[in-house]
Amino acid sequence: MSAAPAGVPMLAVEDVTTAYGAIVALRGVSLAVGRGEIVTLIGANGAGKSTLMMTICGDPAPRSGRIVYDGQDITGWPTHHIMRQGLAHAPEGRRIFPRMTVLENLRMGAELMDGTHFDEDLERVCTLFPRLKERLSQRGGTLSGGEQQMLAIARALMSRPRLLLLDEPSLGLAPMVVRQIFAAIRDLNRQTGLTVLLVEQNAYHALRLAHRGYVLVNGRITMSGTGSELLARAEVRAAYLEGGRA
Amino acid sequence: MVSRVAERGMAAIVRDAGIAALVALGVGAPLLGLKTEPAGGGLTLVPRPGLLLAAVAAVFVGRILVGLLMARRALVSPAPRAVLVPPGVGARLGRIAGPAMLAFALVLPFLPGAGRYEVDLATLVLTYVMLGWGLNIVVGLAGLLDLGYVAFYAVGAYGYALLARHLDIGFWTALPLTGLFAAGWGIILGFPVLRLRGDYLAIVTLAFGEIIRIVLLNWVSLTGGPNGMSGIPRPTFFGLPFSMAGGEGTFAGFFGIQPSPLHRIIFLYYVILALALLTNFVTVRLRRHPVGRAWEALREDEVASRALGLSVVAVKLTAFATGALFGGFAGAFFATRQGFISPESFTFIESALVLAIVVLGGMGSQIGVATAAVVMIGGFELFRDLEQFRMLVFGIAMVAIMVWRPRGLVASREPSVALGERRRVDAEHVAEGRG
Repeated sequence: MSAAPAGVPMLAVEDVTTAYGAIVALRGVSLAVGRGEIVTLIGANGAGKSTLMMTICGDPAPRSGRIVYDGQDITGWPTHHIMRQGLAHAPEGRRIFPRMTVLENLRMGAELMDGTHFDEDLERVCTLFPRLKERLSQRGGTLSGGEQQMLAIARALMSRPRLLLLDEPSLGLAPMVVRQIFAAIRDLNRQTGLTVLLVEQNAYHALRLAHRGYVLVNGRITMSGTGSELLARAEVRAAYLEGGRA
Repeated sequence: MVSRVAERGMAAIVRDAGIAALVALGVGAPLLGLKTEPAGGGLTLVPRPGLLLAAVAAVFVGRILVGLLMARRALVSPAPRAVLVPPGVGARLGRIAGPAMLAFALVLPFLPGAGRYEVDLATLVLTYVMLGWGLNIVVGLAGLLDLGYVAFYAVGAYGYALLARHLDIGFWTALPLTGLFAAGWGIILGFPVLRLRGDYLAIVTLAFGEIIRIVLLNWVSLTGGPNGMSGIPRPTFFGLPFSMAGGEGTFAGFFGIQPSPLHRIIFLYYVILALALLTNFVTVRLRRHPVGRAWEALREDEVASRALGLSVVAVKLTAFATGALFGGFAGAFFATRQGFISPESFTFIESALVLAIVVLGGMGSQIGVATAAVVMIGGFELFRDLEQFRMLVFGIAMVAIMVWRPRGLVASREPSVALGERRRVDAEHVAEGRG
């Protein structure tokens, strides 16, 4: 296993076990996300990727283990409290507010801010996703799938996060749209140094984008390494790429 | 091509109507087809095939008509209607209709032909407008299906009656107290249902409404049980009571006018108008406030709201408390207007009626809810002469609204945030964005 970057990591998940009643979804998962890194977590359906994402956000709380964000132990904190610390979560399945306009969706993303940077931040996400700018007064539910995903990411960015959690942004999208969205994430990371934890089933794109990656199988981390290392490994290729390459 | 589609559509419609007719036959055979007649020492069954046949035929024809109507609409607008209806229409309508309705409401008691009956009816309608707006906060904005809203109405009414009886507190002092009291009960209801959604939430709120009513019914020493509470004091006009005796210190005496029973009726009308407008004002303001935005976000997607750092607990409790607050106000008004309250007035049918007003009006739309209250309560009175057919007309009207406007009379929602100057969501923008 390759070592996590030096210094206090942005996010450290330490030996976390999460269970839904008797069903154990995560078994002693540890991972670290360094500052300015894009780290991806890949795995098949039901591996526990989304559970890990939700555990980081505090719901469900882990059964054991620690979650340390920016040097601070946030294990067991209520979700709304965690989200105020500079984390933003773009949940699986986009989950935009369908009857609200794009602008209102973005306003909801900035709800934790005092409103002073709203125009500036709006400009910023519109530059990142120019498609949204044309659609500001349109209802969220009338956007295409790709636009909705852009909106979900933009909404998460409105709270000026230091760590962005992205849960399967490629879900149900055409390959070209996936490339667009991944390119936007890369730009964002390069230009602003935003730290990103990306959960993906689309292993090929995710590993090409990420600095480092972890592979989650049945609630355990089985492999980790840089994106290109993992891409080169036979087990990864066999399990996640052959035939599954987008 | 088109005619073939139409043919196949026609066959489906007839088949559908046939099934409906069969259902009508099955249901109607014992209910309509047989009648019990007392004869000799017992009952005999008298068959009524003619009536049964007429009912089945009516269902068949009616269903075909509904089917044709739907098919035509499907041809006219193949895309989902909800997307195509420009939200601007509602807003534009609201901009004209809102002030027009308000102006009408303000001058109503002084219009020619507005007698005691008319003003009384208008007061009743406004009570339901207020209840509708109050429930709209919980159901329409926060999306929490509450089937026990009448509980807060009851809490407000009994709260005022008890304050007046035991502590001799007047209406105007008691009003804010009962509101806060009801809001407290809103929070008490809110806590156990924090984790519930949809159907489960509806069942618990339904039970809550019943519990309150049954407690009122059985706590005889406090509430008088089924006998209710009478002699609830009437509101005063800045300390001046309305009295037929006239003289010093009464409303008529102070202004030097002839005492008339109409004074109090008109006064009560303006009280409920003011209370209803307060409800509307607060709701409209809150919608543009983080609290109101959070309610709507919760309605749209609870998971996303949580992910954006909203405290779902706080959002739900504020919605329940605010809705209950206005329910309590309306209850206190009801008590002072009637002078007598009993658990009879706070049955489930009241909750259902208020919920129907919110749903038919279009969840979340202020003007829609007001219109629905006028139509429903006013319509109830209008069709009084039809006696037992009144409920039938009522049912038909509800079905018609749900067929024509499945999302309520005013289905659009006005955005609470817009760039620079407040701007409507234009039809063009909505139309171009499909797909």
